[in-house]
Amino acid sequence: MEVSWALLANAVIAGLLLGGFYAAMSVGISISFGMLDVVNIAHPAFIILGSYIAYIVNDRFGFDPIVVSVVVSPLFFLLGMVLYRIYYISFERRGQESLRGLAFFFGILFITEVALVLVFGVDYRMVSTRYGDVTWRAGEVDFPMRLVVPFLVSMVMVIGVQLFLTHTFFGRAVLAVAQDPLALRLMGVNPVRVKELAFALSIATAGVAGAFLIVIQPVQPAIGREFIGLVFAVCVLGGMGSIWGTLLGAFVLGLAESFTSTFFGPSWAPAVSFGLLLATLAFRPSGLLGR
Amino acid sequence: MLVVLSTLRRMLGALFIGLALAGAALAQQPLKIGFGMSLTGPLAGNGKAALIAMEIWRDDVNAKGGILGRRVEFVYYDDQTSPATVPSIYTKLLDVDKVDLVVSGYGTNVIAPAMPIMMQRNLTFMTLFGLNVNSKFNYDRYFQIMPAGPRPAIGWSQGFFDAAMGMNPKPKTIALVGADAEYPAMALEGAREHAKKTGLKIVYDKTYPPNTVDYSPIVRAIQATNPEVVFVASYPPDSAGMVRAANEVGLKTRMFGGGLVGPQFAALKTQLGPLLNGIVNYEFYVPDLGGRFPFLEQFLSKYQARAAKEGVDPLGFYLPPYAYAMMQVLEQAITATKGLDQAKLAEYIHKNTFDTYVGKVAFAKNGEWAAPRVMMTQYHGITGNDVEQFKKPGRLTVLSPKEYKTGDLKAPYHENKK
Repeated sequence: MEVSWALLANAVIAGLLLGGFYAAMSVGISISFGMLDVVNIAHPAFIILGSYIAYIVNDRFGFDPIVVSVVVSPLFFLLGMVLYRIYYISFERRGQESLRGLAFFFGILFITEVALVLVFGVDYRMVSTRYGDVTWRAGEVDFPMRLVVPFLVSMVMVIGVQLFLTHTFFGRAVLAVAQDPLALRLMGVNPVRVKELAFALSIATAGVAGAFLIVIQPVQPAIGREFIGLVFAVCVLGGMGSIWGTLLGAFVLGLAESFTSTFFGPSWAPAVSFGLLLATLAFRPSGLLGR
Repeated sequence: MLVVLSTLRRMLGALFIGLALAGAALAQQPLKIGFGMSLTGPLAGNGKAALIAMEIWRDDVNAKGGILGRRVEFVYYDDQTSPATVPSIYTKLLDVDKVDLVVSGYGTNVIAPAMPIMMQRNLTFMTLFGLNVNSKFNYDRYFQIMPAGPRPAIGWSQGFFDAAMGMNPKPKTIALVGADAEYPAMALEGAREHAKKTGLKIVYDKTYPPNTVDYSPIVRAIQATNPEVVFVASYPPDSAGMVRAANEVGLKTRMFGGGLVGPQFAALKTQLGPLLNGIVNYEFYVPDLGGRFPFLEQFLSKYQARAAKEGVDPLGFYLPPYAYAMMQVLEQAITATKGLDQAKLAEYIHKNTFDTYVGKVAFAKNGEWAAPRVMMTQYHGITGNDVEQFKKPGRLTVLSPKEYKTGDLKAPYHENKK
């Protein structure tokens, strides 16, 4: 294979764009798992639910799926609140969050998948957007809008979440509950309420990530399971509870995948990506930017 | 003595009456056919379409009084497109549900894991769209309804390579790419053999994980090797990914396509729309040949009415006719042999030609079609994403086989994407 600077540049761009998408998929896990210790295995199911909602509105009314996902994100927020409340009352309050809570979220994952199958059927769905088949070229470097637009919105979302967590009272309460819920309670803040709203935020980001997914590739109800490993890997690689870490971890995995696919063979990409994860954890168990 | 004879006569009479009643009871028992089918998972779209076709066959047969006077019933379970579920499904069908016959689910990945059970129990096994599954098992009661021919890995891409080598000047290089899964592995094996036979130099030969999100690095890597021909063996989501990536990267090659699963059915035809133009790919039915398969038209109108209600592939050009034909073969074999003896069924199927909705079907010694009939076609003139355009002639040129050819290949791919 002839290795040119254009091939190298395209591999970098593709890796960064893919990483941006992975970041959007994983930022919710960074909150729920990284900060709240809630092992929400069902997170990809909410991503797929977001994809289907974006699909219905796009198919019926022609609205852009990403705009739709932002508009309906409050509904995902409310859904997240309800889900956390059930989880807290059923498991966390009784100290049974570890194994039974995990089983609860597995159940949610499969119920969501089956519900989508019953409502939408099993065929693959895609959306049509004005930019979906457009590629902007800068010389020999390609910028497919199908990936660029989700990347840009993902950056806004991830940076927005980070700024929210570090620059608002509630955001700092979320960071505090991750560190010491008892201390937070002693300061007069209800940690359960904080966790509820933080979890709801994580589900809202999943809904938006779902729109990115269906813009990028076809979606069918069972496809969420393919991303369970990836979203947790990004969260752990970046460092539990660190949004910047999640972003960095997503870029690392995206670039690893892109470079391996381009220069060594795509079948090696998962091995290289997860090899990097293992290597990072071996030398830095807290992740790239974890404490 | 007279008393003994009289008693004996009464006992024999009772025995005959009992046997007759038992026979009548058996005749009233349904004929249970068991199978796994992909009703969820990546290939569920096709699996559900196949199930509808099989149910249409069942209803048609029962409307005529069943088979051997017995009403046909299906017992089936969702294999979730997962090979791991298949052995337990078929064990349950045979040992718990006590089905009379079994047929396969859809696809190489779920047919192969069922083979050891079939071989262990000496069952005749009609299978639905598995590529080259029997090449390692060599089971003499295996039958495949996909028309890939006696050497399926070769027959599958024969038309593609015939079209490629028909170009002037002949191409010299080829790139091979496919998913890390059973079907693409078989298809690529056949493509490698074709490349060797035709003297094409393989400049790229790699596979990718099926859950790949972005295919543009793969297509760029292919482009960097400047192949004149690109052969792809992929499943629906990766078919969509490769086609989109080829357009985004601006892939320049003389011929592109070959073994993409997905563009045969409505979901991807409509979703990809004009992006398909110029691609050469396999199909099993095109509307341009409608007159050649009159019974198929009847079946399709029944299928399309049901598919619309169930949210499944509304065209039904790919799997459904062959799923129906598979059951027709089984029906004719049972009727001709007047029973369910597995050895007799297998022998009959091997020795005879069957009239089905997809035409005459005969099997080779290894259970594959005696002659290949995979159509290689080129998409053209697709505009927008409307499904109705695909129901009419004019969007596909059949390049091979000769008896179905409707036009010539337009090359290069990148200049014929309209």
